[in-house]
Amino acid sequence: MNLASRDIRHNFGRFVLTTIGLGLLLMLVMGMGGIYRGLVQEATLLVDRIDTDVWVVQKDTRGPFAEISRIPASLEDRIRAVPGVLSSRAFVSTTIQRERNRQPLRITVQGLSWPEDKGQWLPLVAGRALGQAHYEMIADESLKLPIGARVKLAKDTYTVVGLTRGMSSPSGDSMAFFTLHDSQAIQFDLSGEAVRLERAARYGRARQIDLGRSQPQVIERSLGPSSAIPALGPPAISAVLVKVRPGVDPNQVQSIIAKWPDVSVYSSDGQRDLLVSGIVDRSRRQLGLFRILLIIVSAIIMALILYTLTLDKLHDIAMLKLMGARNSVILGLIMQQAVLLGALAYIVAYIIGQWVFPWFPRRVVIIPEDLWMLAAVVAGISVLASVLGIAKALSVEPNEVLA
Amino acid sequence: MSVTSRNGDAVLEASNLTKIYGSGHTEVVAVRDATLNVARGEIVALLGPSGAGKSTLLTLIGMILSPNTGRIVIGGETVFDHHRAQVNVRRFRRQHLGFVFQKANLIPFLTAVENVRLAMEINDQSSRAAKRRAMELLNYLGVGERADHLPSKLSGGEQQRVAVARALANHPSLILADEPTAALDSVRGRQVMELFCKVAHEQNAGVIVVTHDHRALDVFDRTLEMEDGKLRDAVTTSGRES
Repeated sequence: MNLASRDIRHNFGRFVLTTIGLGLLLMLVMGMGGIYRGLVQEATLLVDRIDTDVWVVQKDTRGPFAEISRIPASLEDRIRAVPGVLSSRAFVSTTIQRERNRQPLRITVQGLSWPEDKGQWLPLVAGRALGQAHYEMIADESLKLPIGARVKLAKDTYTVVGLTRGMSSPSGDSMAFFTLHDSQAIQFDLSGEAVRLERAARYGRARQIDLGRSQPQVIERSLGPSSAIPALGPPAISAVLVKVRPGVDPNQVQSIIAKWPDVSVYSSDGQRDLLVSGIVDRSRRQLGLFRILLIIVSAIIMALILYTLTLDKLHDIAMLKLMGARNSVILGLIMQQAVLLGALAYIVAYIIGQWVFPWFPRRVVIIPEDLWMLAAVVAGISVLASVLGIAKALSVEPNEVLA
Repeated sequence: MSVTSRNGDAVLEASNLTKIYGSGHTEVVAVRDATLNVARGEIVALLGPSGAGKSTLLTLIGMILSPNTGRIVIGGETVFDHHRAQVNVRRFRRQHLGFVFQKANLIPFLTAVENVRLAMEINDQSSRAAKRRAMELLNYLGVGERADHLPSKLSGGEQQRVAVARALANHPSLILADEPTAALDSVRGRQVMELFCKVAHEQNAGVIVVTHDHRALDVFDRTLEMEDGKLRDAVTTSGRES
């Protein structure tokens, strides 16, 4: 006869409520692990998906994600000439916040090197890749922009032609993909007044130097658009993505470019490590500590619950001892309840988690390894938590039945 | 002080039992040099005012408390001697002793039949055999039709019958009952006392019943009295010599 199950059946309502309460607590522990995994996945998503071998960024920076990187757009052409390089493409990444329908709209703008890169590598769930050089965008579905939606960014209006799922930046903002020029237009957008003031300032500086005074055309050019002034050059890009030819060792290409004094070079794995160790590391440690605290709290609460359940049964335990029951019978009663409580709470945590986690604002990724580890931890704390109750039960004297 | 059975086949031979609580100024002698023999099939009443030491004597015999001095032999096996238990106390209790108290002390989350089964299952009997015997006992004690009810759904008398069934479950050689009828009315109290008498005679077990109830003393084979920890033969109001 299983005493634990009989006791639970007798106090079913209380046991169910206790299980749900503990399950919610374990769901938080499970969620913490999932949030950490989500952070890593969000941080490395683009690096893992973008299909490149080498990242070239501004010298001595850890760009373009962990740190700002600005390199001249011409670097793309310079890299294309390196032996072993199959293709190179410019990459721009910047985060903007606009308002749409009176709601803040945060977008991490990614520039794709049209026409080589149309975003065909993206995990599209609807629509298509970019089909023209301007005014089209691929948005993540978390931005809640349907196919065909028109969004005004900077001075232009863009049409959503494709939707991705789960594409977010290391900071958790949803991504949208544009052609490189469009993304630069969004990134470096200036108001008309700002342009006029810059031209006036430029004119003033040109008038103060000998070249300006001796060459009237320079003063005249200073009043025109920036693109017409060769000295100013095109806007900077964030990085250049390099794909090596089949059979070529990416390390070989990386070592050649790494010798250039104006850039830093990372492999895809290196870029991934930068993201994980830089952006995610502190969050990971913070979540880890919080997770440990939650496990300790769960263990304490579980111990108190089991202790209280044991206190309720002290008279019965004394009677069992008086009848000559072995300690194993009494241990079994408490331990089985503890393990059952832990197991059911774990299942409750999993089921509720599956329902709740998708509503979290940031990605929560539950992987089987984490589930197994938490199951082992729950089993451990179930046993540990029952120790207090067992100690109390074993200290009960059979003559307490007479009290 | 010695009180012995007339029958030579003793199930209990307790000699020179003394139990002292506290020490120094707070010392209380609860049982003083008590000697008691009970024969198989004999039912003995233990009378006395509150605080006389009746329950303490019962707990000493039941190996719930240890005496300071004395020797206890149950079923021919020395269980306490030289200030220490001579057997595995819990094993001995579950195999040879049965207890009934003022309160039935049934496990509240087990049905009547499960309460009786439990006593047998913790004594390593198979579940099937335990269930069969539990039902036999409950039927024997007239509560068979209440077998599947929880204690909270049973009357006081029914609960006490289930407690008696539980005490009988493992064919104990000695049954110890501490005021088993205190919570019952006189009719039900007498029924329980007659039940003990029936059990003692039919199951050939020794039975010691601590009681304040003088109305049912005629069912006992012998009546003992305790006062200030001392045990002696008693003469009942019915005039039956113990």
